[in-house]
Amino acid sequence: MNPHARHLRGITLAAVVLLSLGLALGFLWAPEDSTGFIQKIFYLHVPLAIVSLCGFVLGGVFGALYLRTGDRIWDMRSYCAIHMALIFSVGGIITGSIWAKADWGHWWLWSEPTLVSYFIVILMFCTYQPLRFSIEDPERQSRYAAVFSIVAGAFVPLNFLAVSLATAFVHPRVLNLEGGNIPGKMKVAFYTALVGYALLYTALMKFEMLTKTTRIETRRMQRLLLGDDDVRPAGRSAAPVA
Amino acid sequence: MRAAWAILRKDLRLEMRTFETVPAMALFSLTTFVIFHFGLNQDQLKGQLAAGVLTVTLLFAALLGINRLFVAEREQGGFDGFLLAPVDRSSMLLAKASALFIYMVVLELICVPAFGLLAAPPRFGSALPYVALLLVLVDLAFAVIGALVSAIAVQTRARDLIGPIIGLPLLLPALIGVARGLGPAFSAHGSQAPSGKWLLILALYDVVNALIAYAVFDFLLED
Repeated sequence: MNPHARHLRGITLAAVVLLSLGLALGFLWAPEDSTGFIQKIFYLHVPLAIVSLCGFVLGGVFGALYLRTGDRIWDMRSYCAIHMALIFSVGGIITGSIWAKADWGHWWLWSEPTLVSYFIVILMFCTYQPLRFSIEDPERQSRYAAVFSIVAGAFVPLNFLAVSLATAFVHPRVLNLEGGNIPGKMKVAFYTALVGYALLYTALMKFEMLTKTTRIETRRMQRLLLGDDDVRPAGRSAAPVA
Repeated sequence: MRAAWAILRKDLRLEMRTFETVPAMALFSLTTFVIFHFGLNQDQLKGQLAAGVLTVTLLFAALLGINRLFVAEREQGGFDGFLLAPVDRSSMLLAKASALFIYMVVLELICVPAFGLLAAPPRFGSALPYVALLLVLVDLAFAVIGALVSAIAVQTRARDLIGPIIGLPLLLPALIGVARGLGPAFSAHGSQAPSGKWLLILALYDVVNALIAYAVFDFLLED
């Protein structure tokens, strides 16, 4: 069995259940705070942001494992982790911008270090695919992408540190070291949604890896059966090809 | 260490004979000052504005140097020769980062006095020690990150593009530090000393990136 298909059904079901439960709890059961209904976007924005940042770092960890082992499966994992985190982060920054507009009256606030550093991290990871795309040799592509993912993964916390020192501090702290100052019901809903999003991320990442490896396998079999000449060469891609 | 020294000497000798990189960087930054003068339409720049102009100019000049850093190795087979030699691969990183650091220092020796002349920030003379301190720290960041990014970019098809787009976000924390640190140095009143946290951020960023670059650089030279 394809290693990416393992536990896929269970993870998918758990993601659907926990995500629906978390959002239902957040929207229907947890109390509103002083800002009213718009505060509910908290259950979308914060988990998306946290999961995407963890996904970027995870991509770096997988990249390091690729360099250590040389096993191409880690390259695939690193690519899909970063790809999926990038998609989540776009969702995160859009919901964040909506929340900022509703709460502070501006779509964009330069005085808000978390928003600014998040944006810089996204800019950094937007260069991952162009980098992969511009290296033709697949082995070198994987190796260079792994180096990039490690450097960029370490960049995530450093950048947050630097930017937060450079600006005054207005972001609502929902997750500080003491567990935040939010009411218990909100906390339950939030953590359920967070786990739901993390599972959604895992499930989507596994689906992507499964699709990509299946396509690679199919092409390999086509070449085996039809001969190299009859199979159209794959288009250039930033994704791992073997 | 000896290998790094040999490569560094080779690079510096090449630069002395061809004058390819540093004069281009210097000319580029002088022209940028002129453009800023007309763009901002101010005879004298002070405070954070002066710091921003100097930082951006140095950044773009540094990008020119970063783009050129490994081109000779790639085009004239220097990589193959280096890989055949029984030396530690990190010496290439050390040599290239040192070369870039030296280029940046030489560039700043030309371009900071020119900045003082053209932008005329207030109390420029007394700010010089702080400026020098901040610039040395940011030059280390340029050197380490530049050497790493350049080694990645030189093997890609669009190396002139990939270098800057990876390098810019990666350099951002250092640039924030130097720009904010330079602001008070060019201000008309108050203390000119940069706040300790910018020096700390810059130094920390240099050290962490140097360690990361040292850890991953070998993988860029494998073949």
